[in-house]
Amino acid sequence: MTLLIDIGSLDDIPRQGARLVKTVQGCIAVFRTADDRVFALDDRCPHKGGPLSEGIVHGDRVTCPLHNWVFDLNSGQAQGADEGSVQTFAAKVQGGRVLIDAGLIRRSAAA
Amino acid sequence: MKRKLVVIGAGMASGRLLEQVFEAAPDAWPDAWDVTLFNAEPRGNYNRLMLSPVLSGEKTYDQIVTHDAAWYAAHGVDCRFGEPVVRIDRANRVVYSNAGGAPYDALVIATGSAPFIIPVPGRDLPGVVSYRDLDDTQAMMDTAGKDAVVIGGGLLGLEAAAGMAARGARVTVIHLMGHLMERQLDPAAGYLLQRDLERRGITVHCKGATKAILGHDRAEAVLLEDGTVYPADLVCMAVGIRPETRLAVDAHLEVERGIVVDDALRTSDPAIFALGECVEHRGQVFGLVAPLYDQAKVLAQTLLDGNAAFAPVQTATKLKVTGCDLYSAGDFADAPGREDIVFRDPGRGIYKRLVLENDRIVGVVMYGDTADGAWFYGLMKDGTDIGPMRDTLIFGPAFQGGAAPDPMAAVAALPPEAEICGCNGVSKGTILDAVAGGACTLDAMRACTKASASCGTCTGLVQQVMALALGGEVQDAPAGMCKCTDHSHEDVRRLIRAMGLKSIPAVMQDLGWKSVGGCHSCRPALNYYLLAEYPLEYRDDRQSRFVNERNHANIQKDGTYSVVPRMWGGVTTPSELRAIADAAEKYDVPMVKVTGGQRIDLLGVRKEDLPRMWADLNAAGLVSGHAYSKGLRTVKTCVGSQFCRFGTQDSTGLGIRLEQVLWGSWTPHKVKLGVSGCPRNCAEATCKDVGIVCVDSGYQISVAGAAGMEVKETEPLATAATEDEAVAVVTAFVQLYRENARYLHRPHKWVARVGMDWVRAQIEDPAIRAALIERFEISQSVYRRDPWADLSTPSETPRWAPLADLTLEAAE
Repeated sequence: MTLLIDIGSLDDIPRQGARLVKTVQGCIAVFRTADDRVFALDDRCPHKGGPLSEGIVHGDRVTCPLHNWVFDLNSGQAQGADEGSVQTFAAKVQGGRVLIDAGLIRRSAAA
Repeated sequence: MKRKLVVIGAGMASGRLLEQVFEAAPDAWPDAWDVTLFNAEPRGNYNRLMLSPVLSGEKTYDQIVTHDAAWYAAHGVDCRFGEPVVRIDRANRVVYSNAGGAPYDALVIATGSAPFIIPVPGRDLPGVVSYRDLDDTQAMMDTAGKDAVVIGGGLLGLEAAAGMAARGARVTVIHLMGHLMERQLDPAAGYLLQRDLERRGITVHCKGATKAILGHDRAEAVLLEDGTVYPADLVCMAVGIRPETRLAVDAHLEVERGIVVDDALRTSDPAIFALGECVEHRGQVFGLVAPLYDQAKVLAQTLLDGNAAFAPVQTATKLKVTGCDLYSAGDFADAPGREDIVFRDPGRGIYKRLVLENDRIVGVVMYGDTADGAWFYGLMKDGTDIGPMRDTLIFGPAFQGGAAPDPMAAVAALPPEAEICGCNGVSKGTILDAVAGGACTLDAMRACTKASASCGTCTGLVQQVMALALGGEVQDAPAGMCKCTDHSHEDVRRLIRAMGLKSIPAVMQDLGWKSVGGCHSCRPALNYYLLAEYPLEYRDDRQSRFVNERNHANIQKDGTYSVVPRMWGGVTTPSELRAIADAAEKYDVPMVKVTGGQRIDLLGVRKEDLPRMWADLNAAGLVSGHAYSKGLRTVKTCVGSQFCRFGTQDSTGLGIRLEQVLWGSWTPHKVKLGVSGCPRNCAEATCKDVGIVCVDSGYQISVAGAAGMEVKETEPLATAATEDEAVAVVTAFVQLYRENARYLHRPHKWVARVGMDWVRAQIEDPAIRAALIERFEISQSVYRRDPWADLSTPSETPRWAPLADLTLEAAE
């Protein structure tokens, strides 16, 4: 089982929005959907490096603010004709707190 | 141990090859091979067929990239872009670039072709380009208002000429032969093409032999053998291409016209393969994309230790000169035993010619109406005996066998294996399967089959096949405001009003949105429509706003932001400037720049610094300049009667007053104003969304100008005798725009839709004008406030920083 670490309260992330978490592996965007699910993804669009955390969240997707690539928050896969993917990390809500993959505090990701 | 594959050249052929091996063996391939890809151009693979739309401005480079950095990275390709290979060491199996060597177990040469440069004096001058890659294209995009000469009236040359003409260049085409595109068109069709080009302002000089390119430091003119001189800031040589074989020749591989390959695409060295425009197979060289893709398929099999043999099939040359409709296939040279069937309609510029031999079609040339091209091509390819239908053959499939003249009949009659998209080898059956699988729009079809996704000439046919399966017209995109709904912008707005829908979820529920939570294109539009309709009840939804409006600053390519404080009418004070300078230093602003709207832009600010910087600026009395919003941006002014000896009215004062009335309001798209104090128009008011030019008798108000992608002068709206009246007219106009325009339409686009007469009638009617102003003021009672002040409070500021910093815990 993936070890999780508490990063803050669910209320700190706006619905249909995201907040950033700085890690040694780069910035991670933690998204909150309209129905209060959370997802953690690399905050870097594979196209031109756009900050996905600033994108519009719709359903369980996010649109990159720079050039409108759309990613599925579940898989990190680019949607439509665009090809590419963003790394995803384990994330969940428990008792109003947001937990993400504790591997992110280490230098390299757990295998 | 993993074997090493080195590929020289990142073009369309090698790109397809890599796609094929990765797709065919997604697991086995990466375990067996390391791939290194060299490219002389400093970029990866893009769709070279689409350079013409880039040149003419219909597409951007980003839109024609087929494999981006992420794709190469995802497939573990070691990219050496901008590193031309200079030598192949066959004995030790190493290729060398100037940066060093790369060993290979298998080598693929895909160097494509090189432009043929005619050996005339001056050919090496700066300003002489060919038309092969993006750099050439970029040089040609820069010719607006200049003289350009294209040498070569073949397909490539005419694309270059049409593209530069579309960019506003004065273009001359010099062609050695008697008529344009003599290899594909007969003289009659060549003449029609020339006439069309001349109608578009392009000068065509046939039977012209280039003697020299004149100029001292760079190309200035082109001199012909007959003494004619054409001025030329840019000369494009497009006389032909030849296979690029230099590396192979130097390596002593067998080379004829191209690098000689066998059916498995192997060269005379068994460890070296070649494909694309650089090869010669059984005496034939290749220039069209379809056989190159076939080669890629075969070579992928060879590399995966499979067995496949390349056998070229005949391909129709579906030609595309921007804006001209022509089609040619097969052979149409005069020869004994050949007959012609010709159809001419000079008035409509239509010409069709079929070349027959033994009652079979051997060649087709069409100009002006090419709808039946695919049908004729099918008859030619299958060697159909056309004897029985010879009388009506030229009129096309609709007139054969007494069938009803149904344009769909020809498409319906095609067998499932009939090839529709030659570039990507997509058959009618594949398209029908994709429709059955849910691909109902052209975009979806392109995404899942690639049909019509390369050169695009078969788009009409693909749409017809889809229409056949769907039983109706196929549109480029759904008619709705986005893919989430079939309702248009106007309908959605009307229904919001009529049904009293007051939230985004309510709109999506009651109007049957097809997606969950909408998308990035409908959400901002709905948010705007709702706040414009219900200013007092609806609460702006920040999460439905594009990043710039959500963060009240413009995002830059590196994720930092730009901050522009408002300077009313472009007027500032020493203390404001001091506060701006202090903020720039305090937050390490990398660039301070004056904008076109008479404001100061602080570029490169980190997101977490925004609220603190705003608080500092607020303390000096500065507020948001809304340089990021679909709203009132700036009012640009000249100094007017207060200082200027020509000024007729206080243009600066009026500008400040207008800005104080309008600021903070959200509009369908951005709104920029200009106020000039006299007709010399120093504030450039007549290309703004709203422009005011002061005269002795009052104020001339004009609207719907543009100075962006389009440039358009404003159109007169009204003349006001007093400043109060001018403010009233402008306010009413802005509210009319807010209530009626489609989201993301600037005023000039909206006025073009509704008509200036209608707009003028509304503003002139005193009752309507007063009601518009009243509704605007109601909305402004909510929105005329500084968002920077609202967002830099002690409770808000922490939300702009990361939620957590795990780098600290890692360090512990």
